[in-house]
Amino acid sequence: MTEWVVEANDITKVYQMGEIEVHALRGLSVNIAPGEIVSIMGPSGSGKSTLMNILGCLDRPTSGDYSLNGESVATLNDDQLAEIRNRGVGFVFQSFNLLPRATALANVELPMRYAVLNGRNRKQVAKEALEAVGLGDRIRHRPNELSGGQMQRVAIARALVNNPAIIMADEPTGNLDTTSGEEIMTLLKNLNKDRGTTLIIVTHDPEIAELTDRVISIRDGRIAE
Amino acid sequence: MNFVSSLLEALESLTSNKVRTALTMLGIVIGVGAVIAMLAIGNGTEQAIVGEIEGIGTNLLFVMTNREDVTNPEPLTIRDAEAIADPIFAPAVSAAAPVIQGQAELTAGGNVATTGLVGVTEEYKVVQNVELSEGEFFTGTQITGLASAVILGTNVAEDLFGRSDGLIGETVRVSGQPFRVVGILKKEGGSEFGNSPDDQILVPLTTAQTRLMPRNVKNQVDLIYVSAIDADSVKQAEDQISLILRERHKIKLGEDDFNIISQEMFLDMASTVTGVFTVFLGGVAGISLLVGGIGIMNIMLVSVTERTKEIGLRKAVGAKKKDILTQFLIESSLLSVIGGIIGIILGWLLSLGIGRIAAASDFILDPAITINSVLLATLFSAAVGLFFGIYPANRASQLEPIEALRSE
Repeated sequence: MTEWVVEANDITKVYQMGEIEVHALRGLSVNIAPGEIVSIMGPSGSGKSTLMNILGCLDRPTSGDYSLNGESVATLNDDQLAEIRNRGVGFVFQSFNLLPRATALANVELPMRYAVLNGRNRKQVAKEALEAVGLGDRIRHRPNELSGGQMQRVAIARALVNNPAIIMADEPTGNLDTTSGEEIMTLLKNLNKDRGTTLIIVTHDPEIAELTDRVISIRDGRIAE
Repeated sequence: MNFVSSLLEALESLTSNKVRTALTMLGIVIGVGAVIAMLAIGNGTEQAIVGEIEGIGTNLLFVMTNREDVTNPEPLTIRDAEAIADPIFAPAVSAAAPVIQGQAELTAGGNVATTGLVGVTEEYKVVQNVELSEGEFFTGTQITGLASAVILGTNVAEDLFGRSDGLIGETVRVSGQPFRVVGILKKEGGSEFGNSPDDQILVPLTTAQTRLMPRNVKNQVDLIYVSAIDADSVKQAEDQISLILRERHKIKLGEDDFNIISQEMFLDMASTVTGVFTVFLGGVAGISLLVGGIGIMNIMLVSVTERTKEIGLRKAVGAKKKDILTQFLIESSLLSVIGGIIGIILGWLLSLGIGRIAAASDFILDPAITINSVLLATLFSAAVGLFFGIYPANRASQLEPIEALRSE
């Protein structure tokens, strides 16, 4: 283990929108320690989604170096990135993004299906993950039979199954009512405490940010001091 | 991701929109069904025609005057036929039957019929395997004696008398001259060539030459049927006939003024024709299969667009390009393979039905579904599914995960 689980140095990201170059990130550096809970805040257009995409290995920086778990990922190809995402990152989205036709169990199993090493009994692991998020009695339900809070729990279980180093949560409570939102935050914090999983939460909500160890504010593609 | 779970997932995805899946498959079902049925009909036709030609007798040769390549051919005569039948010069020939052919108007009891007329000698019975349902074939005396005797085909008999038995001794007028019925030909059944013996009458060759169909040259005949001693001697017989006729017609150089045609040549000709026919039918059916394939591509493209978000999510949790590609290819192949299997069954039923209809209209056609045509259809439909699945699947696999996730 290195000192930092997330180690990003001087990251820039430039999008080409027709003839205009859009500088989404302008030399941003951020380090996150294992087990930390960090929130990334910033107004829309500040570059926080871009940062999340890069930290989550969904995208590559234009320049700069990024190491996840001590492994440099800035220059990997699409398939190698897919592999890193598979075992190194768990995603929790605002809109849950569950497969509508699949049961909770099948949804949770999904990342393991793409794993290079097919672990022991996938169903068992998926079931345990669902139990860990308190949905042990809902494994045969499909998303349309679950409440918003329950769907987000399924998504969290899915993020957990491959034991990733970090969980990236993009507005995880954005589509939930206050009670469910609080429950989800508690669940995430407990998982962090029990498993030591690093948690990166992108949010607009200052109340959510307050629950985290550290807030990274972003403005115009840079860290706002 | 293992294959079985991919397959199950694809099945699940296909069953989640049953109407769409069924309609997409229908294109392939019709395409494959049509290919199978058309090939079966083509093969059935070929077999029927080949059977018909083989029915002529494998050791039969036809000798006729070559009017195409030679300007002033010497006509074939009875003497030529006698020379061909000479066992010393043509040991491979067992019999030669000269005939003249034409049309004649028959009347009997107020009924009129126009039929094919064949003037024959005694050898005709042997060479053509003539069988009579009643009466006797012409005797040598009848033939040399210009007898006014006639043998009727069954259809002719029906047309004239309304029956085809008990007619021996009846009188028929052939081109106005009275002939006595001495025999009735055994019914042959349907013939694809239209000139079935059922619709013909036979008279002695000499009678035909002198009284019914006079020819320019004395003893001239239109055609000589020759039978070789066995099927293996056909080639030898052909050479010997050729030698004899060249000698008799005094041909030293250039084209022969006669043609010798063997059954093998007919078979070759028929297979070529029916082969083209089969390819044509199969090709037309193949086009409908192609259209079915385009249907698959269309629906898979819609499916990719609809499932962009799902693809994004799969990529986010670690699916590689190849995984997404495989997923969509399996779906499209499954569509076409299942459609193909149903299509094979449909094509089989279709060709059975057509066989029945053909049998009911007295045309013997036994549609033959061969393993080859089934394999061809299966492989072709799977290939169609793969080919038309590649573009949508590739499009899906190329989606950027971020963009795909953002889409709604």
